[in-house]
Amino acid sequence: MTATTQRPAAPAPARPRKRKTDRAHGSFAGWAFASPTALFVVLLFVIPLLLVFQMSASDWPLLSGNRGVNFPDNYTEAVSDRFFVASILFTLKYTVITTILLLGLALGLALLVQESSRWKGLLRTSFLVPSALGLASASLLFYVLYSPTAGPFAWLTQQFGFTFLGTPDGALWSTVFLIVWRFAGFYMLLMLVGLQGIPGEIYEASRMDGASPWQTFRSITVPLLKPTLALTTVMCVTGSLLAFEQFYILTKGGPDNSTITVVQLIYSTAFQGRNDLGVAGALSVIVLVALVVINIVQIRAFSKKAED
Amino acid sequence: MSTTTTRRPAAPEFPETAPAPRGGRPTGRSSFADLAIKTPYWVLTGGLALIFLYPLLWTAVSSLAPRAGTGQVDGWGVGNYMTLVNYQAGIGRYLLNSAIVSITTVVLTLFTSLLGGYAFARFRFPGKNALFLATIAILMVPYATVLIPLYVLLNAVGLANSLIGVALVLTMFQLPFSTFMMRISFESVPRELDEAALVDGCSTWTVLWKVLVPAVKPGLITVGMFAFLAAWNDFFAPLILISDSNNMTLPLAVSNLRGQVQGVVDYGATEAGVVVLALPCILLFLILQRHYVNGFMSGAFKG
Repeated sequence: MTATTQRPAAPAPARPRKRKTDRAHGSFAGWAFASPTALFVVLLFVIPLLLVFQMSASDWPLLSGNRGVNFPDNYTEAVSDRFFVASILFTLKYTVITTILLLGLALGLALLVQESSRWKGLLRTSFLVPSALGLASASLLFYVLYSPTAGPFAWLTQQFGFTFLGTPDGALWSTVFLIVWRFAGFYMLLMLVGLQGIPGEIYEASRMDGASPWQTFRSITVPLLKPTLALTTVMCVTGSLLAFEQFYILTKGGPDNSTITVVQLIYSTAFQGRNDLGVAGALSVIVLVALVVINIVQIRAFSKKAED
Repeated sequence: MSTTTTRRPAAPEFPETAPAPRGGRPTGRSSFADLAIKTPYWVLTGGLALIFLYPLLWTAVSSLAPRAGTGQVDGWGVGNYMTLVNYQAGIGRYLLNSAIVSITTVVLTLFTSLLGGYAFARFRFPGKNALFLATIAILMVPYATVLIPLYVLLNAVGLANSLIGVALVLTMFQLPFSTFMMRISFESVPRELDEAALVDGCSTWTVLWKVLVPAVKPGLITVGMFAFLAAWNDFFAPLILISDSNNMTLPLAVSNLRGQVQGVVDYGATEAGVVVLALPCILLFLILQRHYVNGFMSGAFKG
């Protein structure tokens, strides 16, 4: 092999895409290597996606299967569900709170542990450990932690007569705390990647010019971190809009149905009590379209700001 | 835990991007002033770290502690874990189910994304961009939107209640990240490496196994670890696809166990269940932390 690498290397052309090997590797081989991916994408993603559109337009009870077209009815039923508007409002409120707190804290933590030292490495690991847990495990953990009888704060709640999950606001903020605890390290890591991309000379220059730390943060860190902030915002908003496990395990939508998210509504329409896959399909399509629109708007907004 | 992190030399992956506060300080300053400045900092940051670690530590400790109404009434011991052993099909069964789902998902994800990443990085074929976009588009679609039709489809092909069915679905959900990661890994390997082997007369298949797989190993480790964590912890897919309690995975079983005993929640058993769920993940994370962090740092997410 060494002999061949020393050969007067194939006249390395300027544009790597037009290299000889690309033509040598037939497109047949390309498809052969890509075929497992293609199989998964078509069978388990594209076909189900088409099916959900069909379901959303059909009368489709959980147990008896497709019973013919039921077009606008599923959608009108979905929109007029008594929890439809409430669940959207709650999901949006939860998303805004979570995104702001989570990304703010993640950026703070990233700035805190940015430089290398043994102590900061230790801090970084501590912040990251909760990210190894599953969302369901973390929710179960906090379910016990928030318990008014078994939790470590049970004596506090008894003394002062409050509960973590007993009121709508308490349930919301308790869940937000759980999510921030679980994801802060992960988003911190993404922020660190972004911070790493900012050249040190810029900081050096601003320090020479006598900029205060706050000025440096406002006019160097934040603008140059914009691509990372865009990525993390889109990820965090998408994840929060689709919140399910944390509320399913922690609050079951309570108290008084005050913490029902959109995905919970889909789940309960399909599998709990109502067992109507048609209406659940309609809700899913509505959520899908809303999510795509929200993501496009976010990406547009961020790329516009980047141009300014 | 701390040993693994403290022993490694200060992570080289974080070059000091901001001027270090200690950087240009004269060395002769008195250690007392140093202490006065540093102590609040250590207390504050240490407290912050404790907030992140405390829930885990508390759960681990109290899963062994005595409490009325649990499997461990007096004295310390493993009573709560015995409750898990005797719960319905037994925790052994649920561990096995979770292991089957996780290992199948990891193997399928590695296989698919290794070949797919190679194809996307090194070949040109019709429909390449469309297929890549479709793979990434999986990220944009809500879990529930795909899982409801998948429930119907898997029932239709005889994969209802099947652990393999769950693993297939989880592999599909892993594809955007794993394909993206493997494509980037292959693209960062110099083309000269495989060109040389091809000129030597190796087939593309041999080149992949003998030359490229060793070169993309860090990517494979990251992809495999993500697939394992996702599959081991996934709750939504088994919740929808598995209805037979003998085929439940561990997260589902622990979640169901809460309401089992006459409607009274067995907090002790729940704690023990969380420990069993979390321990493999935390160990895996600590062992592979450097790969995990480096995988991110290697540029995969630098837009």
